Amino acid sequence: MELLFKDIDAPGLNTLRVYEQRGGYEMSRRALDMHPATALEELQASGVRGRGGAGFAMGKKASFLPQGDMDKYLVCNADESEPGTFKDRELMQKNPHLLIEGVLISAHAVGANKAFIYIRGEYDYVADILEAALAEAKAAGHVGALDLWCHRGAGAYICGEETALLDSLEGKRGNPRLKPPFPAVQGLYQGPTLINNVETLMNAPIILRMGGAEYAKIGTETSTGTKVVSVSGCVQRPGNYEVVLGTPTREIIFDLAGGPPEGRSIKCFFPGGSSSPVLPGTDENLDLPYDFDALQKAGTMLGSGAIIVVDDSVPILDVCMKTAKFYRHESCGKCTPCREGTNWTVKMLERIERGEATPMDLDIMSSICDNIIGNCLCVLGDAMAMPVSSMIKHFRKEFEAHMEHMQLTSTEMSRGPHAGPYDVLEPIGVATAALG
Amino acid sequence: MKAKPMASAKRETTDALAHLVRRFEHGSRVPGWDEAADLTKDPAVVPDPATTPVPPELASLIEVSMTRYPDRRSAAIPALRAAQDHHGWLSPSAIEQVAAVMRLTPGYLIAVASFYDMFEHRPVGQNTIYVCTNISCSLRGADKVFEAMVDAVGDDPDFNVRSFECLGACDIAPMASVNAVYVGPLSISDCDTIVAQLRAGQPTLPDKQLGGRPVARAWWASGRHPEGEPAGGRGAEGPTAIGN
Repeated sequence: MELLFKDIDAPGLNTLRVYEQRGGYEMSRRALDMHPATALEELQASGVRGRGGAGFAMGKKASFLPQGDMDKYLVCNADESEPGTFKDRELMQKNPHLLIEGVLISAHAVGANKAFIYIRGEYDYVADILEAALAEAKAAGHVGALDLWCHRGAGAYICGEETALLDSLEGKRGNPRLKPPFPAVQGLYQGPTLINNVETLMNAPIILRMGGAEYAKIGTETSTGTKVVSVSGCVQRPGNYEVVLGTPTREIIFDLAGGPPEGRSIKCFFPGGSSSPVLPGTDENLDLPYDFDALQKAGTMLGSGAIIVVDDSVPILDVCMKTAKFYRHESCGKCTPCREGTNWTVKMLERIERGEATPMDLDIMSSICDNIIGNCLCVLGDAMAMPVSSMIKHFRKEFEAHMEHMQLTSTEMSRGPHAGPYDVLEPIGVATAALG
Repeated sequence: MKAKPMASAKRETTDALAHLVRRFEHGSRVPGWDEAADLTKDPAVVPDPATTPVPPELASLIEVSMTRYPDRRSAAIPALRAAQDHHGWLSPSAIEQVAAVMRLTPGYLIAVASFYDMFEHRPVGQNTIYVCTNISCSLRGADKVFEAMVDAVGDDPDFNVRSFECLGACDIAPMASVNAVYVGPLSISDCDTIVAQLRAGQPTLPDKQLGGRPVARAWWASGRHPEGEPAGGRGAEGPTAIGN
């Protein structure tokens, strides 16, 4: 079943004329005639959960905004930077008007009078398409009284985090804020703010068209609707595929994306972007229904809906290192556990790679990860800690085999001038006694 | 005036010892973050518009973006991007000009600019090539593509090649953003082609641009994809390490 991808490749869908021919902006007109509370009820009845990562129910989040006639803001999070995720790019590039319509409906439902679409700076060509569509929609009078603008970022993963995004939108460095107060109470310019992902907002016109109750029948009981899944990495047909939530993961990886290259098997896969704990490619994991709750039960998460497949030719250490280095680079540096933890994890991984580590270092790394999780303002640190510790948990033997191999093969020369002695592990008592 | 000799003496000591301090490659995104600050100078104030000439087209771009937000500071990123497009990089005078139009201190703008990856704090070539080397792309050989791109450019000052975090186009991995045009999947030989096309002022790899590509289901069913890519690209080489 395709809802968001219906007509997606219709020629000229990004122009207003074609979009209107296909019933565009009917739903936003209908929504504007409704009482905001009725529109909100429809969204709540649909049970649609946020598609950006956290999976929080959209209608419920919207209902947290206070009533009253103060300035309220709606921010569309189009800062899609999660490694492996590219669904919003394709959706915005091909169907920008659906996003604008979704913003109009959601803004009406929560009574927002100002709205911004925060799009990541690297998506310049998508932003051009979106701005052209926005100009067309404004000229045709669809946007009405809503003050809607497209805001381009300048390249920072952390700005995908909702409060960091608000800081960035206010023209500051993108540092996350302390929560609570949540953005629904105090967000952009200290006003009540609703922040939703692109795909979530694009579902709003579809929900109104179908009716919330009817939409809730798609998918599983707790994960309703369809999801655009970005499949990438070691698969034969990478790309975005729209699936009904609850579809077996195997079907997505093998039937849609073609599975790993000939003669390879799946070593592990990230089910929801590089922030989600990896799952080894066992039958049990591949048979998991792809929905929010089933993945959570399996100890991982659906996240942004990006499956990255790693096949058996790739050393797990490389995957781990890439992941950790990414988060080290993107840590904003505000909270110590994340700033230092991501840095130390990379240092220890490099030590493992050079053959200077012992299996005890794996435990130290796990302990670093445990000390990051839940101790920062945002979840960027957790996003590194969770996959890294899951890789250590599932592939400990491979890490240990690498260490053993390196210790057997490395000589003093290959270890470089800065390497300390690894074979002299004196008891602490002896070392301190020698220091006098 | 008493403080000055002391401060400069301290500065000299710092400079003399600077080479002894071990520097790390990574760290802050800001080049020069570990350089000593000149504490003898007063902090820069909001520049006087009367004495700061700003190119009129840049000034009007910044002013237009300031009107969109309830708080004018929100326009900092769009304004800095406009200034970078105009000057090629965020030179001190570019920052000064933005500060004059936005009525902000240069320090505030530098603080903002140093946070984001797309701002350049040193003069760079006008052709920007970001090669994605994040996980999905490197599983398909992006690190080799990046090396090949660096080699293809050589020391041509007109080019700015950077390895970048996930650019959000893992379906065409390994990929690069060439002056904001997404192209992929790239082979090693494509790098030379891209550089040659940029030098000749031609469009970059028109067959491999992301723009007209239909959604995955239709794309793979159409059979339009070039022979042998993308799974064969890496598969043919046998087991490969990602290589960090």
